[in-house]
Amino acid sequence: MLWMPCPVYEWSMSAESSPKIVIVDESPIRAAILQEGLREAGFTGVVHISEMQSLLARIYALDPDIIVIDLENPSRDVLEQMFQVSRAVRRPIAMFVDQSDAASIQASVEAGVSAYIVDGLKKERIKPILDLCVSRFNAFAKLQDELDRTKHALEERKVIDRAKGILMKLKGLTEDEAYVLMRSTAMREKKKIGEIAQSILTASELLK
Amino acid sequence: MTTPLRIGFIPLCDAAALIVAVDKGFTAAEGLDVTLVREVSWSNVRDKLNIGLFDAAHLLAPVAIASSLGLGHVKVPIVAPFNLGLNGNAITVSPALHAAIMEEIEGDRFDPMVTALALSRVVAKRRKSGAEPLTFGMTFPFSTHNYQLRFWMAAGGVDPDEDVHLVVLPPPYMVDSLANGHVDAFCVGAPWNSVAVDLGIGHILHFVADILVSAVEKVLAVRQNWSEKNPDVVAALVRAHIRAAEFIEEPQNRPEAARILGAPERIGVDAEVIQRTLDGRLKIAPDGTMRESSRYLLVARENAARPDPVQAAWLYAQMVRWGQTALRPDALKTAMGVFRPDLYDAASGRLGQSTGASNPIGAFAGPAFDPNDIQGHLAAFKIGHWKP
Repeated sequence: MLWMPCPVYEWSMSAESSPKIVIVDESPIRAAILQEGLREAGFTGVVHISEMQSLLARIYALDPDIIVIDLENPSRDVLEQMFQVSRAVRRPIAMFVDQSDAASIQASVEAGVSAYIVDGLKKERIKPILDLCVSRFNAFAKLQDELDRTKHALEERKVIDRAKGILMKLKGLTEDEAYVLMRSTAMREKKKIGEIAQSILTASELLK
Repeated sequence: MTTPLRIGFIPLCDAAALIVAVDKGFTAAEGLDVTLVREVSWSNVRDKLNIGLFDAAHLLAPVAIASSLGLGHVKVPIVAPFNLGLNGNAITVSPALHAAIMEEIEGDRFDPMVTALALSRVVAKRRKSGAEPLTFGMTFPFSTHNYQLRFWMAAGGVDPDEDVHLVVLPPPYMVDSLANGHVDAFCVGAPWNSVAVDLGIGHILHFVADILVSAVEKVLAVRQNWSEKNPDVVAALVRAHIRAAEFIEEPQNRPEAARILGAPERIGVDAEVIQRTLDGRLKIAPDGTMRESSRYLLVARENAARPDPVQAAWLYAQMVRWGQTALRPDALKTAMGVFRPDLYDAASGRLGQSTGASNPIGAFAGPAFDPNDIQGHLAAFKIGHWKP
C-alpha cells in the first residue's frame, strides 16, 4: 500500500511521526534490544545514555520528547526534577503516563521500566512506544533468566565432573560407575545429583 | 494465620524501626510475614506502593503528602500511621567550601544563622569573581533534604533557585559526587555524611537538628484505601514498629540494632558507622573532630514515632514557599490528614500526646510555625517563590 501524507497533520509531522527518544540504561545489551525494537517500529531518533554523571545536563542537551529509564537505575530520582519548574528545564515534563491509565503504569513498573514524556505529546503517540518498551524489557528479563539458568547448569556440570574424578580415583571406579553411584545416592537421599557432587567436593577438601 | 506483606525501603539509617521490626521478629510476633524489598530510588518506592506491588513502605514524608495531593505524579491517597523518626539528616560540605565558609564566619560555627550568613558572603564573592554558582545535592524534589537546605540558606539571604544550583542525587552517589567536584555540598540522611567524613572528602557542617529542633523525616506509608480495608494489619504493623523503635532507643541494644541494620541486604555499611548515627555521636571532620547531639536522630524518644499533623502542615508550607504548589485550604487539610495519630493511638492502645511544645518544628529562623496561618507565616520570610 502506498503511504500518503495526510495534509491535516502535516503541520506537526516531523515531531509527531518520530519523537526523539532517550534511553537511560546502564545495561548496554538491554538498551540495544530496546533501541533495535524502536528502530524496527520506525522510531529513528533514539539515543542511548549509559553514563549517569551530569545526567540532566546530557538530557537537556538532547532535548528529547520521551525519556525511558530502567527501574534498577537510582538516577530515576534525578529525572523527577524535570517535573519541577526551574530555569534549567526548557520544556516541562508531563505525567509519566495518563492518570487514568493505571494498567499501563502497572505493566511498565512490573516490567521494570518507566517513561517520562514531554508535555504536549499526544497520548496515542505514547502508547505504542510504551508498549514496545514493556515488551522488550520483559523479553530481556526472560533472556537474562535463561542465561542465569544456563550458567547454573554449566556450573553444576563442572561440580559433577570433579566429584566423578574424585570417586574414580578413591574407589577405583570407571566414569560410568562413579556417575551411577552419585545418581543412586541422590535418589536414595532425595537430593539433587548436584548437591551430592558438592558434598563429595566439600568432604574431599576437609579430608585433604 | 500469618499475613504476607511486602514492604519497600531505601537503605538508610532512618529505616531502622522498620528493619529491626522485621529482622528482630517483632512483625512475626504480630502474625505478619514481612518481606523487605530494598529499592534504589524514591520514585520506585512511590510507584510500587501506589500500584500495590508494596503493601507498605519506608517513604519520604513529603512524598506521602505529594502523592496524596497528586503533585508531580499520579494522585494516590497515602496515610502514615507511624513516623519512622525525627531528624537524622546532616549537611556536608567539601573541604574547599568548608574552608571558604570558615573564612567568612562571624560567631558560633554550629549556629545555622552564622553559617547561612557566611555562605551568603561566599556566594557573593564567587559571583563577583565570576566563579560558577555552588551546587548542592539533595535526594528528591519532594524531600525534607530539599526543604531543609532551602530553609537554611534562605535565612542567610541565599536564594536557592537563583544564587546556587540545587540538584537531585541518589544517596549512594552523593559521596562520589562530592569527591569528584560535581557538588560542593549535600544534605542527606545517615550513613552518607559519615561515609564522606571517613573518606576525608567532607565536613559535616550541620546536623538538621541545628536547623529544625524536630523535623519529621520518613514515615511508614500505606495506601489510604488499603489501610481502610486492613485496619487490623495496620495496627499490628504499628505495634511491631513501636516495639522496634523502643528497642533501638535502649542504649544497651544499640550494638545489636546496628548489626541488624548493617547487614549486606539491609543498609550494607559498617555497623560501627550506623551506631554512631543511633548514638548521635558523629565524626564531623576528617581530622577526627567529634560532635554529639541527643537530637541527631530520634526514633522513639519524645513521642517521635507518633505522627504529628502539624509537621505535615509545615512540609506543605515548604511546598508552597518554593512554588511546588499553590496555597489552598483544602490541600492543607489533605496534607495534614496524611499523618494519622489516631491510627497510631488505636494500635498502641495508649492515648499518645503530641510533644505539647508551642513550636513543635522549632526552626532557627522566622516566627513559630502556625498551621492555621500559613500565608502569614510564609509572608515573614523574605525569600520564597510563591504568590499569596
